[in-house]
Amino acid sequence: MKKYIFLLVMMLCIATTACKDEEFMNKEPKDILLDDDVFKDEKLVLSVVGGFYNRYPEYQSLTNWWEYTNFDEAFASAFGDYWRHQFQDYGYDWWGMWGRAEYGYLREMNVFLQKIAQAEDLEEPVRKRFEAEVRFLRSALFFEMTKRMGGVPLILEPLTYDFSGDASYLQYPRAKESEMYDFIISEMDAIKTMLPDDPNTKSRATKGLALAVKARAALYAGSIAKYGTTTPQVTLPNGEVGIPADKADAYYQKVLDAVQEMSGYSLYNKKPDLSDNFANIFLDKANNPEVIFVNDYKLKSGKVNGWTLDNTPISLSEEGTTGGRLNPSLNLAQQFELLDNTFAPFEIVDGGGDPIVYDNAEDIFAGRDARLAGTIIFPGSTFKGKEVDIWAGLVMNNGAIVTGDTRGQTKQLEEGGPQVQVVGKDGPIDGLEFTAQTGFYIRKHLDPTVGAGQIGTQSEVWWVRYRYAEVLLNAAEAAFELGQLNVAADYMNQVRARAGLITPLQESDITFDRIVHERRVELAFEGHQLWDMKRWRIAHVVWDGSNTGLPTNLEDATTPSTQVYGLIPYKIHDPGEANHGKFIYKVVKPGRVTNTHRFRLGNYYSYIADNVAGANPKIVRNPNH
Amino acid sequence: MKIFKQYFIGASLLAALASCGELDNYDAPSKKLTGRIVYNGQAINVEKGQVRLQLWEDGWKTKAPINVAIEPDGSFSALLFNGDYKVVIPQNDGPFMKLTNDVTQSDTIALTLRGSTEMDIEVRPYYIPHSATFSTASSKISVNFSIDKVITDANAKDIEYAALYINKTRFVSKGVKLAGGEATISGGSIADLDDVNLEVNIPNIVPAQQYVYAIVAVKVAGVEDLIYTPVQKIEF
Repeated sequence: MKKYIFLLVMMLCIATTACKDEEFMNKEPKDILLDDDVFKDEKLVLSVVGGFYNRYPEYQSLTNWWEYTNFDEAFASAFGDYWRHQFQDYGYDWWGMWGRAEYGYLREMNVFLQKIAQAEDLEEPVRKRFEAEVRFLRSALFFEMTKRMGGVPLILEPLTYDFSGDASYLQYPRAKESEMYDFIISEMDAIKTMLPDDPNTKSRATKGLALAVKARAALYAGSIAKYGTTTPQVTLPNGEVGIPADKADAYYQKVLDAVQEMSGYSLYNKKPDLSDNFANIFLDKANNPEVIFVNDYKLKSGKVNGWTLDNTPISLSEEGTTGGRLNPSLNLAQQFELLDNTFAPFEIVDGGGDPIVYDNAEDIFAGRDARLAGTIIFPGSTFKGKEVDIWAGLVMNNGAIVTGDTRGQTKQLEEGGPQVQVVGKDGPIDGLEFTAQTGFYIRKHLDPTVGAGQIGTQSEVWWVRYRYAEVLLNAAEAAFELGQLNVAADYMNQVRARAGLITPLQESDITFDRIVHERRVELAFEGHQLWDMKRWRIAHVVWDGSNTGLPTNLEDATTPSTQVYGLIPYKIHDPGEANHGKFIYKVVKPGRVTNTHRFRLGNYYSYIADNVAGANPKIVRNPNH
Repeated sequence: MKIFKQYFIGASLLAALASCGELDNYDAPSKKLTGRIVYNGQAINVEKGQVRLQLWEDGWKTKAPINVAIEPDGSFSALLFNGDYKVVIPQNDGPFMKLTNDVTQSDTIALTLRGSTEMDIEVRPYYIPHSATFSTASSKISVNFSIDKVITDANAKDIEYAALYINKTRFVSKGVKLAGGEATISGGSIADLDDVNLEVNIPNIVPAQQYVYAIVAVKVAGVEDLIYTPVQKIEF
């Protein structure tokens, strides 16, 4: 009997609740904000847009120091990253960017743009600003994808599947590469008036940023049009990859137009010491007139970066056990000019072939472009007021070299004698991670604040994505390509004078090689190198897999440079003699560098994954794959 | 103990079921496709890992190629299932021009695979280096060789450079060679295609060995891949 009563009660329960289907299914969630709620409130919309900013796509940044070591700018002094110097061919799918993450991000932005247009509870200027910001971010995504893949489908509204069993109406072909850049340029023109014209806004889009993006995009398009003619194999017949050469001048003109329209920015010039001044561009967050757009970090907010933790010279490391990973290469260091605008390798031997003796380790680096010391920590440099200790060993008076295999190791040089330090506390010790295996450490972005090198604190240095010096160099390049050499020289000289190169370049000095060189030294470790080399179509010439040693032809932008080299000091140990404690230098190739890098034509535009090409028959594959 | 027994029986059953998987498994592919890339019956030598064939099979929901690497001696091989394949060398791959296939009227070759098959693919290289004779003297390796210009019509291209590469193992090419084990001559400096001479100093080899492997290559302007001669072992 009991059983039946129970059953009855159960059935009743089901019957009564079942009636309320409608209500049950339409219950308001208590833990999710719905679209209608979000688009009523400015602060909530801002947090949605903030989320989009956080997904801004990029390749090299402050959070992945190792990506700088794939080319010839730096050596990876960390055990798990030596392979970056031991492979030959870059894989065709490197830098690939075409998947669910990107198109998911794009779809969310397209949905946002639809909703914000109908958000009538927000005031008009607020709404317009949000709309412009998301359109900027959408263009930034397309820009990044175009750099890597060439033309991609330009999807400008959210696509929805109708469950009909036939998805072919969702299959879009790739746009032409020129259409991608045209789209970015026209979007920037459209949104620049919707954005605040405020140079003090750094982490959100501004009018200045829209113009800077326009200039960069037009420059990329112009150079692909112009230099694409040198690699006819890197094109597709319908223009998904490659831009016709006759469009180059129009693009270059757009660069100049955009730069001339910018106002309110100037080069950072606050510190008397030019190297400190250069390093400070990336550290000074108060009224920085040069910086246009950043990814900002803030202590104790959960958004901090580990650049300083990973890269502080190991002898000055706050953790003591980690640091010193990114070692800039001699290939880069020797690119910094002498103050008379000439190039010269570091002098390590005199005319007779004998090593030159330097009183202080840093003397060999004297008299050069101030950006050298602003970018790189070399032997004799200081960081946070303390000197780094970079020297590879002792040279005895008979020429023998005594060195150690742990940092700062001491040895007894003669029986009964005192313990003497035989190697620097920062190395270099070949094959020992975190030591300066090229003789150099990175200074750019390195945060001198106490605690920045601690795991629990880390750094709030911002990541500069656009700054005025790059804008000026973009203008210089465009002017050069248009034959306006005096304009180009003027833009270049502004940037160079700030670095202490006060002898102005003349019109006749401005060449393609000069432009390449200036960008290389000004914008090192700022995420430009790969894309620059690609758009000039010289990546396969410079990283050609040949084994030609340290580049010696410093003026030439197309000299092969496929392996990283180092410049390491040795201390002379000859007590009582004049040279005791002085330094000589040697050029070395770190022992972990065992292979030469080769950039093949198929690397110019990355491999489109089989699942992408297979799902949409309209997708044309990239050339040379 | 009882519970253990139940688990034991259950596990044994599972194992028994899982092991008789013959019903739902394919055999591994077993039909061998072999062949060479040839010109007039002579294999084309290329760099390892740089040139490949793609096999496409129609009828699948999504399309993805089977990539088949072409070995340095110009040969290739793949284990496949029986089926109808389309064979193609990707655009701009290889130091040669592809021929138009009579059946497909394009560079695609239709392949009906029914059992192991041997298939040579005929191509037209721009140039062929051949008759390399090596000699050694005073820690130098010298080579004399000839270059045949094959394509002389409107598609003809210039030689960018000819090169000699040496390495301590059989794997020798532009990409894999001894440091300093390379000598090149630019196309413009070659006076007589039937009498090209190159010379390279033998670098220090660690550990020391009394032989190297050498190869001669031609780089055609505007073509990424080089065309090589067969590898030769040189004793000194």
